Amino acid sequence: MKLSRALGASVFAAILMTGGCDTVWHPSIPPVAGPAEFPTGQIARGAELAAIGDCSVCHTTEGSRPYASGRGVQTPFGVVYATNITPDPETGIGTWPESAFRRAMREGVDRDGRNLYPVFPYPHFTRATDRDIAALYAFLMTRPAVHADTPPNRLPFPLNQRFVLTGWDHLYLRPGAWQPDPAHDADWNRGAYLVEAVGHCGGCHTPRNVLGAETDGQALAGGEAENWYAPPLQAASPARQGWSVDSLTAYLRTGFDAGHGAAAGPMTAVTAELATVPAADVRAMAVYLTSMMPKPAPAPVVAHAGEDPVFAGACGGCHGPDAPMMRNGAPSLAMSTAVNAPTPRGTIQAILQGLPWREGQAAPYMPPFASVLTDAQIAELAAYLRSAYSDKPAWRDLPAEVARVRGAS
Amino acid sequence: MNTVLSRRGLLALGGGLAVAFSLRAEEPARPGSLKGTPSLDAWIRVAPDGRVTVFTGKAELGQGIKTALLQVAAEQLDVPVAHIDLVTADTMRTPNEGFTAGSHSMQDSGTAILNAAAQVRGVLVAAAARDLGVAAETLTTVDGTVHAADGRSAGYGPLAATLNLHIDAEPTSTLKDPSAYRSMGTPMPRVDIPAKLTGGQAYVQDMRLPGMLHARAIRQPSVGAMLLDIDTGPIEAMPGVVTVVRQGSYLAVVARKEWQAVKAMRALEAAAQWRETASLPDQATVLDLLAGLPSRVIPVLDWKGRAGAPMKRLKARYTRPYLMHGAIGPSCAVAQLTDGTMTVWTHTQGVYPLRSALAGLLRMPVDRVHCIHVEGSGCYGHNAADDVAGDAVLIARAVPGHPIRVQWMREQEHTNEPYGAAMIAEVEGAIDAAGNIVDWNYGVWSNTHNRRPNVGGLMLQNAALPDPLPVPPPAPIPMPEGGGERNSNPIYAFPNAKVVSHFIPEMPVRVSALRSLGAYLNVFAIESFMDELAEAANADPVDFRLRHLKDERAKAVVSLAADKFGWGAGKRGEGRGFGFARYKNLGAYCAIALALRVEHETGRIRLGRVVAAVDSGQVVNPDGIRNQIEGAIVQAASWTMYETVRFDRQRILSRDWSGYPILRFPAAPESISVHIVPRPGQPFLGTGEAGQGPMAAAIANAVRDAAGVRLRDVPLSAVRVKAAVGV
Amino acid sequence: MIRLTVNGQQHEVDAEADTPLLYVLRDDLGLNGAKFGCGLGQCGACTVLVDGQPVFSCLTPVSVLAERQVRTIEGLGGNAVQRAFEDVQAAQCGYCIAGMVMRATALLEHNPHPHEDEIRAYMSGNLCRCGTHMRILEAVRQAAGQGVKP
Repeated sequence: MKLSRALGASVFAAILMTGGCDTVWHPSIPPVAGPAEFPTGQIARGAELAAIGDCSVCHTTEGSRPYASGRGVQTPFGVVYATNITPDPETGIGTWPESAFRRAMREGVDRDGRNLYPVFPYPHFTRATDRDIAALYAFLMTRPAVHADTPPNRLPFPLNQRFVLTGWDHLYLRPGAWQPDPAHDADWNRGAYLVEAVGHCGGCHTPRNVLGAETDGQALAGGEAENWYAPPLQAASPARQGWSVDSLTAYLRTGFDAGHGAAAGPMTAVTAELATVPAADVRAMAVYLTSMMPKPAPAPVVAHAGEDPVFAGACGGCHGPDAPMMRNGAPSLAMSTAVNAPTPRGTIQAILQGLPWREGQAAPYMPPFASVLTDAQIAELAAYLRSAYSDKPAWRDLPAEVARVRGAS
Repeated sequence: MNTVLSRRGLLALGGGLAVAFSLRAEEPARPGSLKGTPSLDAWIRVAPDGRVTVFTGKAELGQGIKTALLQVAAEQLDVPVAHIDLVTADTMRTPNEGFTAGSHSMQDSGTAILNAAAQVRGVLVAAAARDLGVAAETLTTVDGTVHAADGRSAGYGPLAATLNLHIDAEPTSTLKDPSAYRSMGTPMPRVDIPAKLTGGQAYVQDMRLPGMLHARAIRQPSVGAMLLDIDTGPIEAMPGVVTVVRQGSYLAVVARKEWQAVKAMRALEAAAQWRETASLPDQATVLDLLAGLPSRVIPVLDWKGRAGAPMKRLKARYTRPYLMHGAIGPSCAVAQLTDGTMTVWTHTQGVYPLRSALAGLLRMPVDRVHCIHVEGSGCYGHNAADDVAGDAVLIARAVPGHPIRVQWMREQEHTNEPYGAAMIAEVEGAIDAAGNIVDWNYGVWSNTHNRRPNVGGLMLQNAALPDPLPVPPPAPIPMPEGGGERNSNPIYAFPNAKVVSHFIPEMPVRVSALRSLGAYLNVFAIESFMDELAEAANADPVDFRLRHLKDERAKAVVSLAADKFGWGAGKRGEGRGFGFARYKNLGAYCAIALALRVEHETGRIRLGRVVAAVDSGQVVNPDGIRNQIEGAIVQAASWTMYETVRFDRQRILSRDWSGYPILRFPAAPESISVHIVPRPGQPFLGTGEAGQGPMAAAIANAVRDAAGVRLRDVPLSAVRVKAAVGV
Repeated sequence: MIRLTVNGQQHEVDAEADTPLLYVLRDDLGLNGAKFGCGLGQCGACTVLVDGQPVFSCLTPVSVLAERQVRTIEGLGGNAVQRAFEDVQAAQCGYCIAGMVMRATALLEHNPHPHEDEIRAYMSGNLCRCGTHMRILEAVRQAAGQGVKP
């Protein structure tokens, strides 16, 4: 594992340095002394954009102050820590003028001129309008300043040398403003802008290439986030029951839809953020996304085949046919996208980690089973779920996949 | 039984009767529960070997009452705690002290045992004086022995063997000088904790009797649901199933093992067909609905006096939703029918009233039902403890001879317990040019806060049975205790004040007693409004309270909390909040000062330091008082920040902890410190419900201070806070 | 018959394979510590240790435990966590306490000196309704100073 990671890193660096021969040196932008004043309306719009952009998903850790960060994001190359984006002058972005913030959003370069890792989705943010970037800036600069250092990234040499990212940008960063599609209406275009530019849904839902860039021509074709399965959001959507604008809007705003189930993994936090966004914006996103998905049709009923004692004892209290949750509107596991997906990763992760509590909110929850079940038992349980609740072919290499997911999480 | 009419009762009677009874009323009443049960041996017995048994009609609910009562008895008897056995609520053994509720246990039972113990000690000393031929005043008592100055001694056991303690207590007792107390006032480890920390048998849930079977009841899915049809055959054939009990719409299953009972219950639920009606109100508008229902007006107080001209007038409305008791352990009971007697082991708060209710449900004579209190999970009022006993007896009657253990499932507890009532309070007040309150007009709207069963018609099962008993109409609890109007009477000295309670008989959602009853909302409203008026008067909230208080003990508690918090050194805008009340204006005084932070991005409240001061009168177990106040603070924080029972028109939607989230560790305050005002020799003042109202108000006042917004509707949820603070 | 090892002792119990460990502990082995609270893994009253990790015994089918070590509060033998809970009187009704002790024991066995945030996060799977949180946290902090060994 370590060897292959190091090898990958070297190849990565080699490619990048080749691509980066026309290295651009980014100047430092002089610091400003805060705090600046902003119109309330601009701050409010920035708050909504920050929620659509899910900034806090990476820039807030459990229990920390909002946007003070410190969260380590698992990537195939190592751990990259999200930075403190509160206006603290020493550890945050308190000395950043708007021009520096805009440059970070557009070019992935910090105020000092250092390249940022593309875990920060500037390839998407680069499409955001000046007005929206300014609103985001206004919002962030009016947060309480929190003094909190960001831990050093855990990346192997030479990836820990930021100059290699110049090559990456050369290869994969496509600057330019968002272009509306005149063939579609305003709602669709609004949704497309929010999904592609600010919401950066492709950050998780688009497959990444060997250099960690979203694969060309594969937009929203399904990817992964922190070892969770991120299903395709286009024609290949494996949803058992197709998404309608209404159901997807409801899901995005509540983290739950009766025809599909509950948001899990990193998506839980995304939906928690979207709950605070104007419904029209989320609906526009749903209009855009569903326009690429198969038309909703009644889901075929999958016969529940046989009993399994592990399922009955561990899962049946909630997911069993007689369970109170099922008698009160929760969908059958047959409706679960994870159970019907081509990869077992979502199912395995849900079993291992469950769904976390959302403080003070009535919301779906599931306990973790990582300590209850062995890898072999989880593999058997996943196989049972697939056979009992899906008509798709059995997953292959389940035990190995369980071990891989558990080891990586 | 001696019945002494109170002066209040006499005034109500009026006319010649009052004259006839007035002489009787002049006699001093016996203290505490000695009023109802005057015989000394109903409370204390001394065996020939000197071992003491103390009886109380109150129950251990986790509030530490056992330990405190042992301390009281040990102190006044001069017997080591280790030599005392304590028998709690049991309809065949202990006095009938009604319900263990209203923070009355120390006032009622503690006072009775305090006096009974002192009097028993007096009787023993008198007997020793006679035997030893010396004056009683020359004798001392230590560790269950009477000592004479000349070295002779007599043990309590031999002395008691010659005495008759079946005598009525005197109205007054010779109590020890509080300065000589050794047990009372000193922290004592709770006697019930060791078993709970080692896996000992501690709860009714842990009972295992010979031949015991496990049962589960199937609840109606919604209020008034009728069981249409069910084929119980396949369920009766399931492994371990002993029988299915069906009576009308009442359904239950008995199995050999608990898991078998659970599985059979789930199968029965799946098989049952119900006819349901949409009988619940619209949650979004339920408070308006309540306000519009017919209500009975109950005047609480009307003060008229001279005051300065009103310069500023404010008006506000405060509300709370339906709240859940939410016991961590679903309710449980064990019942056994043998030789025509139904024995019930229950964690009810009132064994005697429950006995009557169960007898009614079973159509059995009351004296054939025996209720024994065994601890359960904390209940915080009238939860499902009584109703599960109804299940146990109905099922036990169907399987005579076998002890039947029934525990509710989580969703049954969540959706079938009687909730704490949703309430509305409206207040209008005025200040004069000097910033003093010159007028106060307060109204509160509420359903009943007491549907505790004392007749069969009030048991949950009644509606499901084929021949239901009549259901008595809900009744208000009269002041000075009050139900919805509890603590609606301000403790502050206002020259003009009018307080009216609007009692709403019709209950859109089943409700009953939840810890502190109406005091939670009334104190939240009064103490929030005091801050609103203080702000209008440009006064510091603590100073403003102090200048409107006349009660010196109240002032002392407010000042102590402020001092220990460092209120004077703080500044506005730091997120400080204050709340104060004397529970029922009869019980303990409690003031709370706290600091919090409002997270603008999420609307979440982050609790910092919480400092409380409390005056509980004579302290028995100071650590017990601290534990109760700490618990009130954290529980009320959860109510105030998070909780609302959710429902649609047909069913309760808060079916488990994911649908009714409560406070978890990360959101607990940074720290809590509780400071006790010592009041040696003063009467005990109940403490268990003193902190909830002040905590709610302190949070709302601190949110105002931190974020500049005044929130008047509980819960102060993240969504509401966020909506109020904007960005 | 199902095999399992509880507090170092091997048992063979006559239980159906889907029976959650909680019911086997209480019904078949007569142990009181693990409590039924929700049956949904939401409250932690049933927490026991399996191979040193806290699990909700209400959702642990007994059939998955054949080769594993189950520990309950009955098997702790008065460890530092239990002593600290007693010392700070960290209970009101106490129904949640056995589960709290088990989870805290697991924490301190793996992380002898946790930070306050780590304690709170780790304990967040267990609910207390009486509001004993501050004492429970104090007990965990106190026990952390005394060393908790498996």
